[in-house]
Amino acid sequence: MATYGTNPATHAPLHRDSLHDDVQHGAAHDDHGPKEGFFHRWFMSTNHKDIGTLYLLFSLLMFLIGGSMAMAIRAELFQPGLQFMQPEFFNQLTTMHALVMIFGAVMPAFVGLANWMIPMMIGAPDMALPRMNNWSFWILPFAFTMLLLPFVLGMFGIGGGGPAGGWTMYPPLSLQGGSSVAFMIFAVHMMGISSIMGAINIIATILNLRAPGVDLLKMPVFVWSWLITAFLLIAVMPVLAGAVTMLLTDKFFHTSFFNAAGGGDPVMFQHIFWFFGHPEVYIMILPAFGIISEILPTFSRKPLFGYQAMVYAIASIAFLSFIVWAHHMFTVGMPLGGELFFMYSTMLIAVPTGVKVFNWVSTMWKGSMTFETPMLFAVAFVILFTIGGFSGLMLAMVPADFQYQDTYFVVAHFHYVLVTGAIFGIMAGVYYWLPKWTGHMYNETLGKWHFWLSTIFVNVLFFPQHFLGLAGMPRRIPDYNVAFADFNMISSLGGFAFGASQLLFVYIVWHAMRGGGPVAPARVWEGARGLEWTLPSPPPHHSFVTPPVIRDGDLAHGDVTH
Amino acid sequence: MNAGRSFIARLACSSTALAALASAGIASANPVRWQLNMTPGVTATSQNVQWLHNLALGICVVIGILVFGAMAYSMVKFRKSKGAVAAQFSHNTVAEVIWTIVPIVILIVLAVPATNILFKMYDTRNAELTIKVTGYQWLWQYEYLNPSNPAKNVEFTSRLERSSDRTRQLGSGMDPFKVKVGDENTYLLDVDHPLVLPVDTKVRFVITADDVIHAWWVPVLGWKQDAIPGQINEDWTEIHQPGVYRGQCAELCGKDHGFMPIVVKAVPKAEFQTWLAAQQTAGDAAHTASASSVPSAPAPAAVAASATTAPVAAAPVAAH
Repeated sequence: MATYGTNPATHAPLHRDSLHDDVQHGAAHDDHGPKEGFFHRWFMSTNHKDIGTLYLLFSLLMFLIGGSMAMAIRAELFQPGLQFMQPEFFNQLTTMHALVMIFGAVMPAFVGLANWMIPMMIGAPDMALPRMNNWSFWILPFAFTMLLLPFVLGMFGIGGGGPAGGWTMYPPLSLQGGSSVAFMIFAVHMMGISSIMGAINIIATILNLRAPGVDLLKMPVFVWSWLITAFLLIAVMPVLAGAVTMLLTDKFFHTSFFNAAGGGDPVMFQHIFWFFGHPEVYIMILPAFGIISEILPTFSRKPLFGYQAMVYAIASIAFLSFIVWAHHMFTVGMPLGGELFFMYSTMLIAVPTGVKVFNWVSTMWKGSMTFETPMLFAVAFVILFTIGGFSGLMLAMVPADFQYQDTYFVVAHFHYVLVTGAIFGIMAGVYYWLPKWTGHMYNETLGKWHFWLSTIFVNVLFFPQHFLGLAGMPRRIPDYNVAFADFNMISSLGGFAFGASQLLFVYIVWHAMRGGGPVAPARVWEGARGLEWTLPSPPPHHSFVTPPVIRDGDLAHGDVTH
Repeated sequence: MNAGRSFIARLACSSTALAALASAGIASANPVRWQLNMTPGVTATSQNVQWLHNLALGICVVIGILVFGAMAYSMVKFRKSKGAVAAQFSHNTVAEVIWTIVPIVILIVLAVPATNILFKMYDTRNAELTIKVTGYQWLWQYEYLNPSNPAKNVEFTSRLERSSDRTRQLGSGMDPFKVKVGDENTYLLDVDHPLVLPVDTKVRFVITADDVIHAWWVPVLGWKQDAIPGQINEDWTEIHQPGVYRGQCAELCGKDHGFMPIVVKAVPKAEFQTWLAAQQTAGDAAHTASASSVPSAPAPAAVAASATTAPVAAAPVAAH
């Protein structure tokens, strides 16, 4: 084999066919020269794998924090009457629960998966901008300290408590808060900067660092989903920054962007916020679509059905997501023409989403399936996310939405798409790739227990909320009429059990990271295809130091005829 | 095969029966325990809306049965443990076209009636009575507008009724199940002064707020509308059945968002006229007292013709 220089770290000769080099040259140990200290490795990392791990562990911590808030909410809602907390604190809980889950759990988890997997999937040595990658992560602990501090201190009687105007921060209500408003806004700014930098990095990596042979329309669908999501992030995070900055100046600098008395308009905030907010929810689901499109073919032992349609569907969904925002505002008093436009555009999103669901089912059809934990979560995703999609279609219809808006029907809808959608997608991805990352199989029996407990109890928790909404229960209320008591009690019981089940997941991940469980091979799953499965488990700290030579068969979608 | 067909036929029958049961008057005017479906309500609007909801729900259930059925079948039939060998097909353009076009047709089937119903909901012309609704933290204010003689406007506040208010306090030790009017539990759904409306009368609402955004919602009327400071939203209703109908604020508005309910009492026209006249007399006598009890109530501005106009800037409100 021809050589063309030496590996700078090890001084071993570099060969052309380095796809197999990393396996041959003892990739299991790190070839760094002097060993990195703990601080240097974790606080000054420029390594996509370590940064991916940081994001994922951070997200898990935030998931537990946000989940604890949810447990407190469900405890208060267990029975009619107020048992545990004042209404003001309940409003802080609902606000913080959403902010922590959206910005602390779901988004960082997807970025962590992107960091770990995208370079390996495209044959790149790392992200395009490794130092910016580090900063993207390390902003987050500081941002969340700032966000959580007023809330936590308030629980101990220090200060006025956390923000309590909803994660949507509508003025004038949100401006009635105290200094927590400023903390919340600064935290949102920092999280936004982190996301924007992460998105830039992802686009630069995908567009510039693909190994020769990894054409765009041969990339894994997960990579496509993140390429498109990154564009959405860059487009809308600045809009959120603008909206919250106007809130800040309205509160502290006597501007009147949203104050009618000063010539402004509270509804304008809603337009600006939801122009961010709707693409945001697609930012939170498109990577999950990508993960499912990786997992189903592997465990069906069959190629993904309709690869190109799947890519175009993601792109269509992303495009449409920019023109539907006011469906969050159907009751503000928009003109009839506006309501109709947003109804039609919102209903249209069902079409590409339906294409994706049908393609997933067709992937399974006439496959040869086994049901390990990642596959269980992927199948549950398809079924339960589709249920969330159904309630979404119902919400799109304006006259009916007048009865659903701001009720538990909406709460049920978005928890189906976010918990059984995004979160189950993340968990599916974690189970799928954990053996690759750690080099050890997780405990499959415990994984299945986690799956079944989660799936059963998530439905006990959220399905009755559809009925509550239809019966007339508004959202964001700490107490309710006794007619709503029965389903609230069932929902709360489901919530407690679902929450407890997640502790099993924490143990499973910890156990695999610790090296429990059998050693995992490079191709962890029999049906898995793609460059990441050519690397050892765990992969070397630096993989694909030289671009691999790709044959179409190495790729999951190397066959250009589809 | 036959057994399968009759099972599906039976399933369709029972789901239709369930839907009929749900949409029939068995769902009463206010929430009932274990309520599964949206109320048909007491207006044409609410019935149209419930019909549309049931249509959308039915279509989703059918699609769900097809999709989840295909998944269940494949998970049973195409298992490796049963010796299934995977096919290797990876695309089918005809299928993609079909399952793009068919959903579009289904969407049109939903969008047409939705559009028609929405047009009707926006038609506020020819109303016989106008009520101004103002949301405050944390109560509602109602004003019966008398355009020919504004001095005869009737105005009062409507706030959470006292036994609910006492019961809901943290650590009250009181039982929400005991807050009743007759047989009906009215915990958090009762007020001191309900909005009294005549039946069979087109009533127009102009809705605004004084401080933060609230929303006025009575499920059996079939609509809700945000109450936004500095903006006046317009709606209408025509109730055909006398009764007492309960609703709640539906936009987070601060600590007592869950504690500012709405009660509409629909009465025969004659009874309404008598009631209104009595209020006007009482209003004349206590004019100064009732005006000063409400914090900075804005004077009724010249109301814009319809909700389709741009938000109206309110008269300057006292700074908060």
